[in-house]
Amino acid sequence: MATVDEYVEAPALPATSATLRHQYAAFAVMVAFFVLAPFVVYPVFLMKALCFALFACAFNLLIGYVGLLSFGHAAFLGAAGYVTAHAAKVWGWPPELAILGGTAAAAALGLAVGALAIRRQGIYFAMITLALAQMIYFFCLQAPFTHGEDGIQAVPRGTLLALFDLRRTMTLYFVVLAIFVGGFLLIYRAIHSPFGQILKAIRENEPRAVSLGYKADQYKLIAFVLSALLSGLAGGTKAIVFQLASLTDVHWTMSGEVVLMTLLGGLGTVFGPVAGAFIVVALENYLAQLGAWVTVVQGVIFVLCVLTFRRGIVGELARVLKKSL
Amino acid sequence: MIFSRLVALALAVALAAGVAEAQISDGIIKIGVLNDQSSLYADLTGQGSVVAARMAVEDFGATAKGMKVEVIFADHQNKADVGANIARQWYESDKVDVIVDTPNSAVALAVNQITRDKGKAFLVSGAATSDLTGKACSPNTIHWTYDTWALANGTGNAIVKTGGDTWFFLTADYAFGHALERDTEAVVVKNGGKVVGKVRHPLNTSDFSSFLLQAQASKAKIIGLANAGGDTTNAIKQAAEFGIAKGGQNLAGLLVFLTDVHGLGLPTAQGLIFTESFYWDMNDKTRAWGKKFAERDRGIHPTMIHAGVYAAVLHYLKAVDALKTDDGTKVIAKMKETPTDDPLFGKGTIRADGRKIHDMYLFEVKKPAESKGPWDLYKLRATIPAAQAFRPLDQGDCPLVKK
Amino acid sequence: MSSVFGIPPQALFGQLLIGLINGSFYAILSLGLAVIFGLLNIINFTHGAQYMMGAFVAWFLLQYAGLGYWWALLVAPLAVGLLGVALERTMLQRLYKLDHLYGLLLTFGLALIIQGLFRNEFGSSGLPYRIPDALTGGRNLGFMVLPNYRAWVIVFSLLVCLGTWWVIERTRLGAYLRAATENPTLVRAFGINVPRMITLTYGFGVALAALAGVLAAPIYQVNPLMGADLIIVVFAVVVIGGMGSIMGSIVTGFGVGVIEGLTKVFYPEASNTVIFVIMALVLLVKPAGLFGRAQ
Repeated sequence: MATVDEYVEAPALPATSATLRHQYAAFAVMVAFFVLAPFVVYPVFLMKALCFALFACAFNLLIGYVGLLSFGHAAFLGAAGYVTAHAAKVWGWPPELAILGGTAAAAALGLAVGALAIRRQGIYFAMITLALAQMIYFFCLQAPFTHGEDGIQAVPRGTLLALFDLRRTMTLYFVVLAIFVGGFLLIYRAIHSPFGQILKAIRENEPRAVSLGYKADQYKLIAFVLSALLSGLAGGTKAIVFQLASLTDVHWTMSGEVVLMTLLGGLGTVFGPVAGAFIVVALENYLAQLGAWVTVVQGVIFVLCVLTFRRGIVGELARVLKKSL
Repeated sequence: MIFSRLVALALAVALAAGVAEAQISDGIIKIGVLNDQSSLYADLTGQGSVVAARMAVEDFGATAKGMKVEVIFADHQNKADVGANIARQWYESDKVDVIVDTPNSAVALAVNQITRDKGKAFLVSGAATSDLTGKACSPNTIHWTYDTWALANGTGNAIVKTGGDTWFFLTADYAFGHALERDTEAVVVKNGGKVVGKVRHPLNTSDFSSFLLQAQASKAKIIGLANAGGDTTNAIKQAAEFGIAKGGQNLAGLLVFLTDVHGLGLPTAQGLIFTESFYWDMNDKTRAWGKKFAERDRGIHPTMIHAGVYAAVLHYLKAVDALKTDDGTKVIAKMKETPTDDPLFGKGTIRADGRKIHDMYLFEVKKPAESKGPWDLYKLRATIPAAQAFRPLDQGDCPLVKK
Repeated sequence: MSSVFGIPPQALFGQLLIGLINGSFYAILSLGLAVIFGLLNIINFTHGAQYMMGAFVAWFLLQYAGLGYWWALLVAPLAVGLLGVALERTMLQRLYKLDHLYGLLLTFGLALIIQGLFRNEFGSSGLPYRIPDALTGGRNLGFMVLPNYRAWVIVFSLLVCLGTWWVIERTRLGAYLRAATENPTLVRAFGINVPRMITLTYGFGVALAALAGVLAAPIYQVNPLMGADLIIVVFAVVVIGGMGSIMGSIVTGFGVGVIEGLTKVFYPEASNTVIFVIMALVLLVKPAGLFGRAQ
């Protein structure tokens, strides 16, 4: 079966300090941008972009570094959103605990889904994750605590750590930025670690990795749970920002959107998902007046990316600069 | 010396701030029409509501009075998160002062909350849930046109009194359907009837066959359709396919609009009984307005929701003109103080809980032979006077109402 | 609702019949998907959109050309099938050398485009399509009134499914197709134009989807999103039945429809999820699917 390498340049692990320097530079640029942007751009829009960027990075961990295309990641985003919203509104938890609760729920869900799905590979894996996510969608539709079509509304933003009043937009923004940077660094660290090396080995030649004594399925499952966990973090944060948890976040079209963001940004690149998420969210915002044209544009981007632009924006940029991004 | 200058400066600033408060923000009154433009409620609200709002602005004579008013619109696609995000962005970033219409009770509840947080104004015409003037009541919201309690009280009462005492509910599974089912069940039970079964269907369902079979199996005399728009018309059409009426059961459309009847056609819809608060062919004033509206909306005649948008915007602009400010909370308070008067609903009042009071009407769909034109569809069966049409002020659990 | 075993037979048989009707659609659609996947190894996510296009072609024909249902049964599959052929020639062919996941992503993107365009033009509530005059009315079966049209749906889809199965498994053309997927080079060496066969097979699978769309138009309302949620259920059916098995999809399609109907009687809240639960169970016990061959 074809492996990821045949269609995407394998992300290079930092062999030289020069590569690391470029990635640090890119990281600094990204953070600087997000620190300065809210003074110019509507902060709620930026927070949405950050949540989705984290979601896309978590998704990319699975497709770019493990080679598994999950078509059901919305389940983790949405389920975490519901748990966080419920915890904050009904149980009165402070936002940090509510978000942690959502993240934990997503991780547990990731374990259950992963254990079932890892048994298969490639297309089968994608279809299974899609179908299991749909099951979770219908569960969320029926479960009384989610209030179905109404969603959980009026979620209180609360006070973080009893210090920061999250109802002030700028305070909330920097908290969200901190969460995003934390998640991003966690992923970066996971990739550039012995664990990441083993994942790469499994992706490139699973039988050989197994023969060396590594239990491939376990490593894949750990990566899956990590990806689900961080998606949950994004979902929980989003519920607090928008004070709403709804069915849209568990619907399969959301799973498709995160695939789009990652594909557009560049599968398997470090910064690709962030760029992709930002562009897609901006597109949706800008085209919102035009109704269903958003879907059409998303579809066109998908088709173009698959046919002619497989490396994605950051991937192409990396190729041009001959650096790893 | 410096001290006195500072005091003068401080006084000047305070004065300017005080004066600024009594001004219209950015000099423009921005009205945002937020509704369903593409899905199952698009015909009964949609672009028609935008037309109605614009007509209200013109008839008010805004330009003549030197007021700048702008009407914008957006499609909430029947999704609470989309609607909430649009409302938030409109209030925070696009300087919208008042949101109107908003069918789909789930979206309306979300926008209700955001409007309250931001101190703006919300004039609901499309949404139905009586919770908007009940537990979710807000000093920033006025619920115009109708609500689930009024529908239940009108239609439910009428049907039970004519012998329909066992009911089976077919309910749209979201805030509106639940509210309508709850309010109608209360009426049925109060009048000695019984609810023998209920089933919930997703919003925008196209195939009702399995739900209708369950309704048939229950042998209830009345199948209550606690849904609206496309859901209601699909259920009615498919009930005919499955021979429900021949089995001795009757359908009760709890919320039916002019556009639904027009879409169904008189042969299918004849005999349907339901409650509404406006019909274009009631008197000369409504007829004149109805024709003007139809000219501007591709020949489609107005539903009660369109009428509600017109009346609400008109009353809003009067209040803004009187107060010379568009601060949401203040304008809503002024609207409640002032009695209403417009060519569509006549004279009426707005209660402390935000409920607009006017007469409700029980209509029956004409037989094909009785109709003289494509939009001549209703005949009036009864008028429910305003004092009885809506839930009594003390029964709603609204925190704004002093007991 | 009631979960007592003593359900009146009226309710039970009624829902079973409805379940069979739904199952007919699952069967035809999963048949098309299975044909395309089994023989071409492409996951055709556009299947739902092509089903929708079939229904719309029927609506267009009635609205603008005055051509009724029977014409639509013929014209819609041809028209949409041709579009499918064009799609395969221009876009899908380029992806055969790559990982099959790219085919999935491409067809997903195409589905978004098609559904978005239609939604823009027609909104997302349904357009009415009349039941053809010859099939109106119903038959009183005692426990329910079965509309004639719905009975026709069951009969016709059975015929189509069995016909397709017969062509693929029992005729020479079918044998060529099956051989071509197992070993295209060898089959080519025999002088058979493999790429053309693949294109035609894709076109055929798409035509099946469009046919299902025409069948659905009078019942389910012609609506741009009619295929969107349905496609995922069909995926589940194909996974349960076994990804490459033709008979598997037919049997599973009808079977799943019946099980869904039964669930609606005893435990309606679970009727949406029961298919996915079954899929999860099948994956645990027999990963290749009930009728599939282990890959």
